[in-house]
Amino acid sequence: MTDASSLVRLSAADLSAKLTAGDVSAVEVAQAHLDRIAAVDGDVHAFLHVSDAALTTAADVDRRRAAGEQLGALAGVPIAVKDVLCTIDMPSTSGSKILEGWVPPYDATVVRKLRAADMVPLGKTNMDEFAMGSSTEFSAYGPTHNPWSLDRIPGGSGGGSAAAVAAFEAPLALGSDTGGSIRQPGAVTGTVGVKPTYGSVSRYGAIALASSLDQVGPVSRTVLDSALLHDVIKGHDPRDSTSLRDEWPSFADAARRGLAGGALQGVRIGVVRELAGDGFQAGVTARFAEALELLSGAGAEIVEVSAPSFEYAISAYYLILPAEASSNLAKFDSVRFGLRVVPEGGGTVEDVMAATREAGFGPEVKRRIILGTYALSAGYYDAYYGSAQKVRTLVQRDFAAAFEKVDVLVSPSAPTTAFRLGEKIDDPLSMYLNDITTIPANLAGIPGISVPMGLAEEDGLPTGLQFMAPAREDARLYTYGAALEQLLEQGWGHTLISRAPDLSATEQNAATEGVI
Amino acid sequence: MSEITREQVEHLAGLARIALTPDEIDTMTRELGQIVDNVAKVSEVATDDVPATSHPIPLENVFRADVVGETLTAEQALSGAPDHDGSRFRVTAILGEEQ
Amino acid sequence: MAKADLMDYDEALERYEVVLGFEVHVELATKTKMFSDAPNFFGGAPNTNVTPVDLGLPGSLPVVNEQAVTYSISLGLALGCSIAESSRFARKNYFYPDNPKNYQVSQFDEPIAFEGEVEVELPDGTVFHVPIERAHMEEDAGKLTHVGGSTGRIQGAEYSLVDYNRAGIPLVEIVTKPIIGAGALGPELGAAYVSTIRDIVRALGVSEARMERGNLRCDANVSLRPHGQVELGTRTETKNVNSFRSVERAVRHEIQRQAAILAAGGTITQETRHWHEDTGRTSAGRPKSDADDYRYFPEPDLLPVVPSRELVEELRLALPEAPVAMRRRLKADWGFADLEFQDVVNSGLLQELVDTVAAGASPQAARKWWTGEIARLANAAGVEPSSLVSPLHVSELIALVESGELTDRLARQVLEGVVAGEGSPSEVVESRGLRVVSDDGALIAAIDEALASQPDVLAKIRDGKVQAAGAVIGAVMKAMKGQADAARVRELVLERAQA
Repeated sequence: MTDASSLVRLSAADLSAKLTAGDVSAVEVAQAHLDRIAAVDGDVHAFLHVSDAALTTAADVDRRRAAGEQLGALAGVPIAVKDVLCTIDMPSTSGSKILEGWVPPYDATVVRKLRAADMVPLGKTNMDEFAMGSSTEFSAYGPTHNPWSLDRIPGGSGGGSAAAVAAFEAPLALGSDTGGSIRQPGAVTGTVGVKPTYGSVSRYGAIALASSLDQVGPVSRTVLDSALLHDVIKGHDPRDSTSLRDEWPSFADAARRGLAGGALQGVRIGVVRELAGDGFQAGVTARFAEALELLSGAGAEIVEVSAPSFEYAISAYYLILPAEASSNLAKFDSVRFGLRVVPEGGGTVEDVMAATREAGFGPEVKRRIILGTYALSAGYYDAYYGSAQKVRTLVQRDFAAAFEKVDVLVSPSAPTTAFRLGEKIDDPLSMYLNDITTIPANLAGIPGISVPMGLAEEDGLPTGLQFMAPAREDARLYTYGAALEQLLEQGWGHTLISRAPDLSATEQNAATEGVI
Repeated sequence: MSEITREQVEHLAGLARIALTPDEIDTMTRELGQIVDNVAKVSEVATDDVPATSHPIPLENVFRADVVGETLTAEQALSGAPDHDGSRFRVTAILGEEQ
Repeated sequence: MAKADLMDYDEALERYEVVLGFEVHVELATKTKMFSDAPNFFGGAPNTNVTPVDLGLPGSLPVVNEQAVTYSISLGLALGCSIAESSRFARKNYFYPDNPKNYQVSQFDEPIAFEGEVEVELPDGTVFHVPIERAHMEEDAGKLTHVGGSTGRIQGAEYSLVDYNRAGIPLVEIVTKPIIGAGALGPELGAAYVSTIRDIVRALGVSEARMERGNLRCDANVSLRPHGQVELGTRTETKNVNSFRSVERAVRHEIQRQAAILAAGGTITQETRHWHEDTGRTSAGRPKSDADDYRYFPEPDLLPVVPSRELVEELRLALPEAPVAMRRRLKADWGFADLEFQDVVNSGLLQELVDTVAAGASPQAARKWWTGEIARLANAAGVEPSSLVSPLHVSELIALVESGELTDRLARQVLEGVVAGEGSPSEVVESRGLRVVSDDGALIAAIDEALASQPDVLAKIRDGKVQAAGAVIGAVMKAMKGQADAARVRELVLERAQA
């Protein structure tokens, strides 16, 4: 009988093995994680909602397994779901007051897939409001705290999913990534996060931020775990017109190939000059350089490539995203769902809409809506939105040219380690720079993964390395990501996440640590 | 030197149906001015010979067959409504005209 | 509402040149909506015909109905348009409670069809070529009901109720280029143009196109300019024009209204106006707050529509005859006089006649029944003639009259039965026993009885006063409950009288 506290330390792959072998029941696994959430989430605040159906779902999986039913690899494994995804049995707020308490009448396609794979949803995780942010400080429900240091940000917008996994509250989570919202939190929490090729995972039921940039992806502690989850959620969805019809290979197999040894031999790895760390935190640059040496030592060829258009990528992103978001968020108008605020003395429906949106949206969301409205305005379209779409073309061309020379590209996943809560919240431009290495992949639609690459010397906090592959070549991320992960862990003698402070020994100090 | 004026922000807030407070308009005018200065440089490289890309992965002719699927029940449809009369959503008096 | 000053129509045309434009929305008769697979039918309990997509729920995404695209291409071809090599959807952003996403998915700079021309024939035979700017695909909005206030209209309403059943129904919007040179015929041209569009879409089978049901909607744009001026005048857009006749009246009214303003030295406000059928006037609409800036951008959730040239050719070959050409051919084939033919066209019964003739009836008989008795019944019931009886049944009825099984009078009774839903004409004849009695024996019995009971008439007939036979004929027809051929009865009466 496995100790509940050690159950939560297991990877999803290991849990799957135990569940399949009958060493442990899904109910025990679910209970262990619920207990863990109860013990530490007061400090971490990764969850906005904990499911009251987890044990029932787990029990059902156990019953069917006992009855001899053939179940999938992740059957009975718990998972946390970013609150940007619609769940028919739990509120889906997208981190916003305007959707407080809203329970959708339908499941997102990826959530349907999770359920069909007999996974056990534990709850909904915290996020920057409408996925706009890099620190989860813009959540309307209070920030999430980085399990490595509770006075620091967990990254964003998917800080809740990354923190839940980093704090062992769940072995797996689903996130969404529009400009780095899975990968950057992965970097600053010492976890793994993947943004799939655009269109390879359905967006139906993911509350839209920027339609041409959003993708749903896996969050985990190991590369193999993300691959296993990616295998569940991938695939064509007729309800999403931008969904690709490709047949995808097994990403779990791709990861296992990376773990089998020799996978990096002869692989050409490109370091993007524009993303290589000018002005990045010293510890980040140092770990990145070491990782490159490791890769080269394992037989990879490190090549420098240049992508001059990347200098304009953040600007283009901060035009395309607000423009599409301003339109996507127009539906929040008090009529069909969500908050309704009636001004004093009543008012026309236009007054009610304006009062509702004023009260229901936070400052970052309002900022981006106004900016986006501006970028699309008559007379400004060509200079702003129109131009930004051209920069997207240039970014794609630079990637295409780079991938002629190399098999994957690498960069740090984030320019710094986790900064303190409140540090950048009043400086939007500085906040936007957190996404400098992750944004290009979203613009181009190519896949990217963040893999923990070590702790920064100066603060002992996690850093991450990003691999990027050509569109549709997500498998490469898993193979090379797993290979690097293995090399690093062999060098350290342990996993990175095992170095995270023991949360259960910490007092509930969040309230005293200058949280916004 | 930013182009965004206070009047513009007010106008945009109207278009976006957000009842910004005067303080918010002030702050936003300043912040947006800085942001716009920063992002405006995209027009430097966005020359005429560069086509725009609106979809990262090119696809075309994505259709569905003209076959009826599942609809929500009225109860489900109204389930999130702030106000309804049992069968329809209810809103206060409308000022503007249909477009 | 102050009554607008109106200039005399002829004077208005003398002083100004009229430029018209029409935007017609056609509701496509697909099985499902434009971007969701909810069924495409109007009616049903409110909000029972919606998916998350139609409600604009967070996370929902549109998927294009392929049938709507092929219908749109066919329609574009029938309008003489070129079909785009690559066509895109765009978001038209504006806030309104009937707009579930607060943007409408429409088309902006890459419409599916563009640059066409429609031949329109006026009642007096004049033919116009109306230039078409574009035809594009878009989705309909939900339906608002305004409550409180005295008129059921938006002004003064306390609150409004929204039903999204109609949200997402596929529409094609057809936009003309400025129509110049119609002169005094402008209003009639408007009505004829919309009627032609209706005929086109019905012949194509892409829409039921009933204006009274909202399947076909028209906005009329009118502007005036002094003769010889090149610059176009300011135009107004008039909505709520719900019949062909309204199009004509609304255009005429706007011409007169604008002329009065201009002649008095005023300027025309560019605005949307609302047509009032009861008063025959337009009134200014309420402020259109977002009209200045819809912030169109390509719809990121949808991909380009790239119709192959093979598909376009296939659809072009499948096009039915153009209405004006078809009318010419039919008039000639049927040998109708101008007025007779026009009467049919103006009554909107052309298709009914075509179908009735196709089922075997002669054109004149078809015309007689449709524009006569059937139209009369329809008028009385306040419905469309075509909803009362099918062309097949009309043809059957005509055949029964021509074979002598029914007299005209009996046929009208049979028609009533068919309309009441009692079955086909033959079935009604059987069940009601309405067949003309052709058995002379039965007639003779009735005749002899009638003659016996009217000896004075009998005497007159024998005297050579054959008109007197009328009384006996009448009595016999009554006895036979009208189920006799009056001419044959007369023959027999005269025979028997002499016997």
